[in-house]
Amino acid sequence: MDIDVRSSYCTSETENDVARATTKRREPDTAKRLNGDAVFRYLTTFFAFSILAILALMLYEMAGESMPAIKAFGWKFVSSKDWDAVQETFGALPYLYGSVVSSVLALLLATPLSIGAALFITEIAPGRLGSIVAPLVELLAAIPSVIYGLWGVLVMAPWLQTTVQPFLIEHFGFIPLFEGAPYGVSMLAAIFILMIMVVPIITSITREVLLAVPQNQKEAAIALGATRWETIKIAILPYGKSGILGAAILGLGRAIGETMAVTMVIGNAPNISLSLLSPAYTMPSVIANEFAEATTKLHASALMEIGLILMVVTLIVNALARLLIWSVSREAKGGAA
Amino acid sequence: MNNKVKLEQVNIHFGKTHAVRDINMSFPENSVTAIIGPSGCGKSTLLRSMNRMHDLVPSARVTGKILVDNGDIYDRGVDPVAIRRRVGMVFQKPNPFPAMSIYDNVIAGYKLNGRLPREEADEIVESCLKRVALWDEVKDRLKSNAMMLSGGQQQRLCIARTIAVKPEVILMDEPASALDPISTLKIEELIEELKERYTIIIVTHNMQQAARVSDYTAFLYMGDLVECGETKKIFTTPEEKRTEDYITGRFG
Repeated sequence: MDIDVRSSYCTSETENDVARATTKRREPDTAKRLNGDAVFRYLTTFFAFSILAILALMLYEMAGESMPAIKAFGWKFVSSKDWDAVQETFGALPYLYGSVVSSVLALLLATPLSIGAALFITEIAPGRLGSIVAPLVELLAAIPSVIYGLWGVLVMAPWLQTTVQPFLIEHFGFIPLFEGAPYGVSMLAAIFILMIMVVPIITSITREVLLAVPQNQKEAAIALGATRWETIKIAILPYGKSGILGAAILGLGRAIGETMAVTMVIGNAPNISLSLLSPAYTMPSVIANEFAEATTKLHASALMEIGLILMVVTLIVNALARLLIWSVSREAKGGAA
Repeated sequence: MNNKVKLEQVNIHFGKTHAVRDINMSFPENSVTAIIGPSGCGKSTLLRSMNRMHDLVPSARVTGKILVDNGDIYDRGVDPVAIRRRVGMVFQKPNPFPAMSIYDNVIAGYKLNGRLPREEADEIVESCLKRVALWDEVKDRLKSNAMMLSGGQQQRLCIARTIAVKPEVILMDEPASALDPISTLKIEELIEELKERYTIIIVTHNMQQAARVSDYTAFLYMGDLVECGETKKIFTTPEEKRTEDYITGRFG
């Protein structure tokens, strides 16, 4: 910090002689400015740490509030499927199952789509088209999830009920995944809505990862006589591999935590059914639907425990994703040096 | 001697910048031609026009004729991918594929021809690594990652990867400038051997290197070809004053 101050009046000294004359009078100011600097530093440090403190406090509080449920049910909480507020028995398996299945399948559908879109933007589209499409994709991520949900329940679900699901039942009904009756609101609807919602996220991060692939890697492939697709295959995708994986996992984190849109289209029935056509339930949905009527301590505590599981899972998933993405951008920077 | 590559009235523009002006020269088969000149004189730009690398830069425009075996590589209907398989390129900074093993790096370009039997791949990897004098150093760890190699080894690996595609011409863009003196020496010895099979065009800003490795030398200055001819003559009795000033170190 000393250096900063000194250099700042070194320059004014060399710049003009008037400054030299006023140097003496500035002396007391310097002390004040140093003070300001220290205050600024403590203040920003405080803000930064308060974020960490909030996170820690939340984890602590949630764990504390979950204690009654953890003590009452132990591991049965995640292995039992009886959820009965009247009998006060709580097993969260259907919600866990619904969350995992809906977000993993949504991710499996969204990832190839997103990689394709990101490759189009960075490698295929002529310069200007790419720079128009990229912000549009990011704009999709900014749409409030309730709007996706509204569209999902009023437009997509009826369409699924009248068109897609009857078709699946008729032609693929022999597969357990597609048996049953067409309800419209269902696991399938949740998967589609989640897919649409995570594509923008995965696309924009994959795009950043692809942009971090050094030019010399692309040139290496091209100079070997690789076509555009071959260049993508041998130079670009392998280089960005872990970052793209990170982007997908980040999408997973988003999908697991998504509440509003899923609650609106999934049907909210605590089933564990192989069929994607039947209604299901997720962890965030059950919290959103039941918190108002959780009048008993155990019920509230059970919801808290679901929240705690959800929070820990999303924290881990997000940390993992950031780590993978970071490893690519760090390599890219190291490679450029 | 047969002229493998011939430039006729070559001009290269980037947007409004006129980077290379009216170049006419030829590169004899199975010889090494060095392109020298101060930084920014357009030597790399000229080199990259010879395997159509500028196609990747939307603002770049190449006019004139660049003939390889008397066929203009910028003719309509000529596939740049096919050209690049005939005219290979080695870059300034070694750029092996970091996600691949040594073995896979060598075969990366050749494999683009389609699936190939294991024995054929083994054979190509061995012969190419032998030709770049890397075989003895890596034969026990062909499956390990290419980034484990030193800079000089990586560059020889890149040359092996280039010759595996069986090009006729190899362009080298300051191939030793990122390497230590011993690695540089190895690359120079390699260039000497490679010219028996290939036509080599090398850009360098190291004049001693040009004098050591090349048969012919072209001196480029501010986008103009000042002088070209046999290396011995360029370095002893240049015709142009600017050439003499440059090689004696008076500017550049």
